[in-house]
Amino acid sequence: MLTEVLRRLMATVPVMVVVAIAVFGLLHVTPGDPAVIIAGDYATAEDVARIRGRLGLDRPFLTQVEIWLSNVAHGDLGTSIFSGLPVTTLIRQRAEATVSLTVLAMLISIGLGVPLGVLAAWKKGSSLDRVVMVLAVSGFSMPVFWLGFILVYVFAISVPWLPVQGYQPLASGVWPCLRHLILPAVTLSVVYMALIARMTRASMLGVLGEDYIRTAFAKGLTPGGVLVRHALKNASLPVVTIIGIGFALLIGGAVVTESVFALPGLGRLTVDAIVRRDYPVIQGVILVVSAVYVLINVVVDLLYVVLDPRIRF
Amino acid sequence: MSSSIRASDSELGGGPGEARAELALEHGWLETLGRSVGRQPMFVAGAIVLALIVLAGALAPVWWTGDPLQMKPDRRLLRPSAARWFGTDHFGRDVYTRTIYGTRVSLAVGTAVALASLLLGGALGLVIGFSRRLDRIAMRVMDGLMAIPSILLALALMALMKASVRNVIVALLIPEIPRVARLVRASVLSLREHLMVEGARALGVGTPRILLRYMLPALVAPLVVQGTYICASAILFEAYLSFLGAGTPPVIPSWGNIMAEGRAYVQLAFWIILFPGLFLAATVLAINLVGDGLRDILDVR
Repeated sequence: MLTEVLRRLMATVPVMVVVAIAVFGLLHVTPGDPAVIIAGDYATAEDVARIRGRLGLDRPFLTQVEIWLSNVAHGDLGTSIFSGLPVTTLIRQRAEATVSLTVLAMLISIGLGVPLGVLAAWKKGSSLDRVVMVLAVSGFSMPVFWLGFILVYVFAISVPWLPVQGYQPLASGVWPCLRHLILPAVTLSVVYMALIARMTRASMLGVLGEDYIRTAFAKGLTPGGVLVRHALKNASLPVVTIIGIGFALLIGGAVVTESVFALPGLGRLTVDAIVRRDYPVIQGVILVVSAVYVLINVVVDLLYVVLDPRIRF
Repeated sequence: MSSSIRASDSELGGGPGEARAELALEHGWLETLGRSVGRQPMFVAGAIVLALIVLAGALAPVWWTGDPLQMKPDRRLLRPSAARWFGTDHFGRDVYTRTIYGTRVSLAVGTAVALASLLLGGALGLVIGFSRRLDRIAMRVMDGLMAIPSILLALALMALMKASVRNVIVALLIPEIPRVARLVRASVLSLREHLMVEGARALGVGTPRILLRYMLPALVAPLVVQGTYICASAILFEAYLSFLGAGTPPVIPSWGNIMAEGRAYVQLAFWIILFPGLFLAATVLAINLVGDGLRDILDVR
């Protein structure tokens, strides 16, 4: 098992190298002189020259890639042009809000999405099933930020129960932090929940037709026991897979959600960096987020063994 | 992007769609098609809503709209009323007019991204699927590109390009190409083992002809379905980019940037956000329903 974990981790290295080169290469494949683009519309010739020198853009392309990769391998993601701080420091400062937002959204989506999918599959063709499916398709089509504003309007402006926006760090207490995160997390979870519910239903439908399920019912087990212990366990692989793959969607949604609710997370960091054309920050955030995404999917792969003992490495 | 998730959703069910059109031909394809469409009320509903929205955008000047850019400072932030259905924004511009005109950007971006990604990704997938030497390296590169969440990749591209509708299309297109290529490659790999391809090869048919005459027809159905999902998510992502200020420039009204400008007035004038968002949600939902329906009708697994 341990060798397998290591093997899987090693397999992510080429993927991450491609990500690192791609993020860096973007600067060079987009039309125009990268130093001029980063310097912005009102820059003087000296500004452009200074940026070119600072980012090493005056060196041959392959040398630049080499330096970038070696820096990344040493955990150095460069310095922000705007604030002059190391990108890793900026990311560390902003990580808490994003991590707590996405974790909470994930808990909500899995906690509601899986049971809804199971129930819909069990009562296939019933009105409950139809309601869940309609909600799933609509949830999947929902513009995240629009939903956020609707929730703000209802639960923070019309009925002032929850804060309109802002963030309280976890250090200031669990409840103050949670209170600020409820609306953003619900907003963010809808798309992901829809995806999970739909996949759970599809996968459960495949399993519920099997003979052993009929047998389990025939020997008098309770529906709950059969659904969870016999059916869901065997239907869980595609669900776990979609939870891993869908994480990309969650991250995309987090960028927009953070903007709506003014959460000081990685999404806000990225959007601010885009306005300021602070490319080192943009490429640093993308690299870190992609690495997390890849790692989550490694964990999903490893979960297969736990969920299905037939799969051996 | 959502399309990749859908793709993996369908991959779970087994291989790619095969040439089932031939089967339908024997039974009178029109009849078969009519019957399977009749069984899909959601598809019909989606298609009707989509048709209405296309009409709304295409004939925008006809629908009692005014000038989407005209500012009337004396009519700022007016509530929706009989005269101004969706109210006015902070410059006194008519939100109804702007929303109807915004349809154009969304539909143009969705269609362009879907068509271009199918074309480019499809061509790439065909080539990769047929060249064993290229396959290993190309798939590594694709895996790497697909590890970057689409929104972030599109945002990074927009940071490096000027804000314009064309650049939004490019930025949303690039993350989709590897996903389409991957789908097509998987189909080509399994079709390569298909009897009809083996037979054609035995008869001495060349590779380009096999690709065009034997594989492409079998790929049409899965690509059409994939295209609708790409279109839906491109429309959604255009709105995200514009909302974040990295998309369609403010001089062209788009649902995303109307809402971005309205966000400062959430408490005073909620209608600026409400109506464009309703249109956006309805459009994306309609296209997704059409996609789901097509998937069942064309029997793409």
